[in-house]
Amino acid sequence: MTTYIIRRLLLVPVILFGVTILIFGMLQFLDPVERVSMYIRDTPKSDAQIEALITKYGLDKPIYVQYWKWLVGDVDPITNVRSGGILFGDFGYSRTNSQPVADLIKNRFPNTLDLTLWAIGPVIFVGIWLGIQAAVRHNKPFDQMARIFSIIGTSLPTFVFGLLVLMLFYANLGWFPPGRVSDEFSKIISSAEFTNYTKLLSIDSLLNGRFDIFLDVMKHMVLPILTLSYISWATFLRVTRSSMLETLRMEYVTTARAKGLSERDVIHKHARPNAMLPVTTLAGFSIVGLLGGVVITETVFNYPGIGATAARSAAQLDVITVLGFTLFTGLILVVSNVIVDVLYAFIDPRVRLS
Amino acid sequence: MAENQKPTGDNKLLSDTISVREITRLERWLGPDNYRVVMGLFKTPASVIGLSLLSFFILIAIFAPVIVPVPEKGDPYKIPRDGFKADPQPPMTPWKKNAPELPFWWKPIMKTDQWVHIFGTAQGQYDIFYALVWGTRTAFRTGLIVTIATFLIGITIGGISAYYGGMVDNIIMRIVDVFLTLPFTLAALIMAAILTPVIGKSLVPVMIALVVFGWMGYARIIRGDILSIKERDFVLAAKVVGVKDSRILFRHIIPNAIFPTLVLASLAIGDVTLSFAALSFLGVGVEIGYADWGQVLSFARNWITSLNTYWYLITFPGVTIVLFVLGWNLIGDALRDVLDPRMRGKS
Repeated sequence: MTTYIIRRLLLVPVILFGVTILIFGMLQFLDPVERVSMYIRDTPKSDAQIEALITKYGLDKPIYVQYWKWLVGDVDPITNVRSGGILFGDFGYSRTNSQPVADLIKNRFPNTLDLTLWAIGPVIFVGIWLGIQAAVRHNKPFDQMARIFSIIGTSLPTFVFGLLVLMLFYANLGWFPPGRVSDEFSKIISSAEFTNYTKLLSIDSLLNGRFDIFLDVMKHMVLPILTLSYISWATFLRVTRSSMLETLRMEYVTTARAKGLSERDVIHKHARPNAMLPVTTLAGFSIVGLLGGVVITETVFNYPGIGATAARSAAQLDVITVLGFTLFTGLILVVSNVIVDVLYAFIDPRVRLS
Repeated sequence: MAENQKPTGDNKLLSDTISVREITRLERWLGPDNYRVVMGLFKTPASVIGLSLLSFFILIAIFAPVIVPVPEKGDPYKIPRDGFKADPQPPMTPWKKNAPELPFWWKPIMKTDQWVHIFGTAQGQYDIFYALVWGTRTAFRTGLIVTIATFLIGITIGGISAYYGGMVDNIIMRIVDVFLTLPFTLAALIMAAILTPVIGKSLVPVMIALVVFGWMGYARIIRGDILSIKERDFVLAAKVVGVKDSRILFRHIIPNAIFPTLVLASLAIGDVTLSFAALSFLGVGVEIGYADWGQVLSFARNWITSLNTYWYLITFPGVTIVLFVLGWNLIGDALRDVLDPRMRGKS
């Protein structure tokens, strides 16, 4: 067990190193003039100034020097101020959003986190429930319906489904608007009387005792959550169903039946816990995926999370911003994948013993 | 009595006791396992529906110039515009400016000489019907090219990794891990954003982006298959005779390991098309007005508040994309059942 975890943890720096190399490699497609814009806020007046900046940030040095400078940045010997250095959280300056990329991430990530928190329940548990029901009623009408549902679910691309629900629930019925919060409330939120405890709007509004804002925030999140859930239900249904079917064929399930246990106990006490193993991995990675920002869903619903911001910057060819976001998401993913793997070893003895 | 008979080569006795099945030429050529997989495609109603949907789209792609002619020697992939008005126009609005010539099927079916916007127009008067018909070609083109490229890169890298094993294998698999770590959409977005200024706005940047972040799956699968084939006697025999490494890999091992990966790759065309549409929906890649499904659908994003009036902006492109993906998924589902080792020998 300990060796497994240690081996898994030793891999983290290797992967992280690889990710930085990959992103730095992509950066090399830009010419130095564009790369220097990573460090500066105003457009330089003359070519000579640009040249000076390129020399200052070492963009004419050999590639390994550049990589090192990109990682740790430069410390000005006189003022002792560090500039650049992604290891110190300086991802550069976002041209299209007119603020440092790190600040942008700090502003947008809580929104993604908020959405993730509320989406976990519907995304994971409904799909698992459907899968179990389908497996128990194998080849009955419910199972057939579930299969059709899952095929249609996987065939509906996020952006088509998202636009369809927007047409129905917003344009036609006017129930659930896109965006983050209504205009009248966004003024209150940015004013001094509203304290940001956690930066998660749904929780902060409750902590501030503003139930009306909470309702409004939730109303804006209904459609993104619905979209995320619908798409993942199909996958969860399929995985749970096949894993459950396999478990139900096991001999210990027959034993449980033979000794006269009720079908309820056979399914929920003996079969289900064992059938949940592959589903747990899927659930873990789904949560990680949600945290990494759901680019298309956020964009369709104009939800200001990290995914939508990255997409908008990419459409405006603001490479520095997207790179920062990708790096940030990459870090989150590496760390959370390890956590999922280690947790999985706790659940499934076969993993840690092999 | 049997003792007096001469052997005729037509042993009735044997064929009566053991049921003998005719082996067709196709089966002999493909081998029994692969033959079973191909035949599995025609078995269930679902896979037949899938195949028909797919054939329908292939026909549309082939006959696009007959279904909607290109207006006056323009670039066929540029959606023709009927003026420049901002508001979308509903389906069946008459086509006033810049109309393509009437296709042969128009008069007998519609009974008029007047070309109309069958599915309406998007903002800037782009004709939706034209975009969807010609977009089918874009879909297949991007899907095929990207899939072939990712497949070739994947099997080469996976093949090298599995064949040499040891340190090489370890390093290559870590590189695969690194590529898999970055979220696919973000990674493709950034790659496309980097390449667009270099190459210019076209299909190419997004296609390259999809290739760069798409080969890892094939590499992993072919690696596993090769690892098991590498241990077979015929590979050892080739080594003993002194055949070159590269020749053993490309002539002996890969042809024997390739089939499952090939099936996966052909199914991935649907996924690739979808990723491409998603990226161009997000606004990277082709310029505005290119006949591409994602692009057409992204027009709807500007009219979200009034989608009840402009329902045709999503309905027609949406249904097209869903049917296309559905076709691939139905076939994929049938193949997954056949390829599942637990189902072997059951059909």
